[in-house]
Order: sequence, then C-alpha cells, then structure tokens
Amino acid sequence: MNIGKFILLRTLKFAILLFAVVLFSFILVSFSPVDPIQSYLGAEMMVVSEEQKEQLAEYFGVDESKTQQFLNWLNMFLHGDLGTSLLYRQEVLSIIQERFLASFMLMAISWIISGIFGYALGVIAGMNEGSWMDRAIKSYCFILASTPAFWIGILLLIVFSMWLGLFPIGLGTPIGMLSDEVTWLDQIKHMVLPALTLSIIGVSNITLHTRQKVMDVFNTEFIRFARAKGEEGFRLFARHGLRNTLFPAISVHFASFGELFGGAILAEQVFSYPGLGQAIVQAGMNSDVPLLLGIVVFSTLFVFIGNLLADLLYYLIDVRMKNGEAI
Amino acid sequence: MKNHSITIGLGNTVHRKRVLMKLTVTALLFLIIAFSGFLIGDEQIEANMSEKNLSPSVEHLFGTDWLGRDMFYRTFLGLHLSLQVGLLAATISTLIALIFSLLSSINKFFDAIVTGLIDLFLSIPHLVALILIAFVLGGGVKGVVVGIALTHWPSLTRVLRAELMQIKSAEYVQISKKLGKSRMWIIRRHFLPQLIPQLFVGFILLFPHAILHESAVTFLGFGLSPEQPAIGIILSESMKYLTTGMWWLVLFPGLSLISMVAMFDVLGNNLRKLLNPN
Repeated sequence: MNIGKFILLRTLKFAILLFAVVLFSFILVSFSPVDPIQSYLGAEMMVVSEEQKEQLAEYFGVDESKTQQFLNWLNMFLHGDLGTSLLYRQEVLSIIQERFLASFMLMAISWIISGIFGYALGVIAGMNEGSWMDRAIKSYCFILASTPAFWIGILLLIVFSMWLGLFPIGLGTPIGMLSDEVTWLDQIKHMVLPALTLSIIGVSNITLHTRQKVMDVFNTEFIRFARAKGEEGFRLFARHGLRNTLFPAISVHFASFGELFGGAILAEQVFSYPGLGQAIVQAGMNSDVPLLLGIVVFSTLFVFIGNLLADLLYYLIDVRMKNGEAI
Repeated sequence: MKNHSITIGLGNTVHRKRVLMKLTVTALLFLIIAFSGFLIGDEQIEANMSEKNLSPSVEHLFGTDWLGRDMFYRTFLGLHLSLQVGLLAATISTLIALIFSLLSSINKFFDAIVTGLIDLFLSIPHLVALILIAFVLGGGVKGVVVGIALTHWPSLTRVLRAELMQIKSAEYVQISKKLGKSRMWIIRRHFLPQLIPQLFVGFILLFPHAILHESAVTFLGFGLSPEQPAIGIILSESMKYLTTGMWWLVLFPGLSLISMVAMFDVLGNNLRKLLNPN
C-alpha cells in the first residue's frame, strides 16, 4: 500500500465518521428544548409581532420535519456554509477561522513546548530507572494527570499576575485598545500564561510514554554491547536510543490533539483568551446552536488531523524499517 | 468468587502486602469522604458575616469566603458531590461498556457497529462532547452524569472486547456451544466471571476521569448549579475574588480534588497490578 492510498482510505473513513458526528450532534440538538426563534430574537421577543415570528419560522424552516431540517443543514454544510451565529451575527465559518487562528497559536506553542520538555523528562527518567530522579518525574506525571487544567491556570494567575504583576489578568488584548494598535508584544504577553498552563498539563502523557520506551530500549542487547564498548551517558543515548524513541513519542504527541483542544477550552476560559474554546462556551451559554455545531464539527476535524499525522508517522517508520532504510 | 479472581498470580507476598495496605488506606479515605458528606449539615456552611474573608487558621482550616462560609466544610461537601456524580456516571459507563462488548461478541455485524460507535465517540474531544450533551439536557446533574457516561465507555469497551475475543476462542466455550448451551448461559457462566476483574478495575479507573470532567464542565458553567458547593463552582466563584488576594479559596479546594482523583488512580492501578502482574 503506498502512501497516497493510505491517506485516501483514511480520509474516506473520516468522511463517514464526520457524517456520523454531524448526524449524532444534530439528533442531540433537535432534542434540546431551545426555541430557535426565541434564541434568535432574544430580548426583542416582546417587540416582534406574531406575523413576523411566523415569517421567521418559515425562513428558518422550524415547522418542517426533522429529517428535512437535517437535509437542509447537510446541504448547506456540503456547500461550505455552516450558517450564521445567533450570538455574533456573523458567518459561523468566519468566526471559526478568526478564533482558530488565536487558538492555534496558543495550542501550537504549548504543543511544541510540552513535547520537548515531556520527551526530555521521559528520557531522563527512563535512563535512570529506579533512581530518585525517575521516581520524582514519575510522581510528578501521575499527580499532573489528576490535576484539572483550569486549577493550574488560576494558580498561575494568582502567582504571576496578582503577586508578581508580570502579566495581565486576562483578555487576548489590552482593554480599550483598537485591534490595529495592539502590538505583537502585547499579544505575546497575553499568551504566556495560557500557553504555560497547557504546556504543564500536556507533559504528563508523553513523558510516561517516552520513559517506558527508553527503558525498553535500554534493556536490549545492543545497548549492553555499546556499554561494553565504553559508551555511556548522553552519547550512548544519542547514538542508540534517540532514533528508537523520538518518532513514537512525536506520534503519541500528535494523537493527543483531543486533550489539547479540551485543555485549550479550559485555559481560554480562565484567561478570557478570545479563541475557539471561549467561543464554544459562549455558544453553549447563549444557545447559539449553529456556532456550537460548527465548533463540534471543527474539533472533530482537528482531532482527525492529529490522528492522521500520528498514523502517518507510524506508517512511515514501518515502511522504512521494512526496506531496511535508516530513519 | 471475588477473592479467587483477585489472588490469581500472586507469588510475591511482600508485594501483595504492600498493595493491600495501599488498598486499605485508600478505601478508608474513600469511606471518610463518602460519609462525612452526610454528617455536614447546612449550619456548617452557613453564611456568617462576622467571620468573612478569614485566612486559614486552626478554627477554619481552609479559611472562609466573602460570605463567611467555612471553606473546609464546603470543600468536603464538594468532594462528596463529585463522588456521587462520579459513582453514578462511572456505573452507567461501565454498564454501557459491558453491554457493548457483549454485543460485539455476537457476530461480525454487531462488532462492526460497536467499533464504529467507539470510533465515533473517540473522534470528538471529550470536553466538546460534554458541553454539547450538557447544553442539550439543559445543564444540571443530569447533563453532567449523562455526558460523562456517554463519553467514557469507549476505552473500557475496547479492553473488554479484546478480552472476550480471547475467551470466545477458548476450547471450553466451543464445547459448551457444541453441547447446545444457550448464548445467555455461556455469557453467564463463561464470559461474566472472566470479565469481573477487568470490569471492576475499569470501573475504578473511570472515577478519576469522571470526577475531573465533572469539575471541568461545572467550572465552565454547564454542570452543577451554583447553589451546590461543587469544586468546579467553588473555583469559578473564586475567580471573581482573585483581586482580593484570597488565595486559599483556590489552593485548598483544588488540592483536595487532586488528592481524591489521585487516590482513585492509585487504587485502580494497584488493583490492575494485582490482577495482571505483568
């Protein structure tokens, strides 16, 4: 099987999966007690006449059957139209684009930082199996796995913003500033703490995985042989351990996009960071169904891309191993 | 039956003693939290304006909040609530996993449906699915419990499904089939006894995830109502009072939650080690 076929098959499977997600979310939402006209009009419900409400109902297709509604929505969806957000009065797609850019920067930075630190910690722990360093790193990871991301965020806020006064308390940009006045420095300043929160949380998984891998590799014959030759420490690892552990670690890290997205929702909420995570919370709070559905679909796509990259990496390693090439 | 399955493969008595010690300690702590919730009445967390904004002291171990409510008792009640929600959600999730794994053992067709459903539920980030479900059900305990129950079964189902595949091909099952035993008989006599250890461990390991997700959804405002002293509520309320410098509103409830979640993690992992030492 060549790589093109591999991607094609996965994409096809994803298309079916996406359809299932869309159908599932739509069925769920159609059970919700939210009246679309009321949530569209909001406080103006009192002012608008019955006649206008009926016109709206007709325009939205409220009285049509559920199946027809779903087909309408699917048709729009296939044409790349996710509808209009009731909350922001803007195309859902353009909100997602705009918001995702902010979230993407946040997630990308934390993903890279947690990847590097997590891998390094895993290597240190794995190479010193059973030592106090290994035990400390392991306990750190286990405790981290039991820690809510938002709690870490609040603690960071208290320490760095309240006590030390180093960073702003929230919002992606300073209050009362026009968007084109905001400098890069401002944006970065507002991103440090949410990114730190996500990085701290993201370390646990990759560290434990790498630790296990490194331990496995260091119990093999070729490492014993290399040791017998007098190699040791970092040199030993760089020459014999790096190749065997780096790619699986990156692969595992790609597969964690779902948790990354969940963490981003919480971090954005704590720091009032204007990303996709904050948008989905707002959409849920204000019964903005089109935006909510749009973000659900988008997050599925995001997780899929992560998993595809993870599988692709494994696939590449596998093929090369079969052909006897060096990685 | 229970004792029999738990003692399988335990050669090392020192190791066993240590694990059993850990199990006893965690079980005790669990019982303390479970029962203390019933003992704490409304008078302990009553607002008391003469004692508001107090930092931690011997009298108020975790301090008091802006209404003079004792944070130690509120935190304990919060843990108690988390435990209740976690218990309910983990039970339903385990049942779903059991039913789906048994379904997938019937034939290829059902197996394809179950694996498809697993893929479907793993493809949406948990928190996103939880928000969607909580939104549809209008929040509250119901939304959280249903949301967690519906999102947490896939991993356990996978484990049980793999286990069943192995058991299914065992000779004694084949013989029972040839002898004309009904499917229910085989499930009851062959499948369930073998699955019980895995089910038990899976159930306990579901707890930490369930509790963490409950607090996250509640923190975001889709979960338990603000009148209840859930940890998520306590922490989201404390955000409003950050500028007053009351760090104890954040630190102790969070640490307590982490301890409880870690406790279940240790319990589950130790049980798993007892059951499959490799």
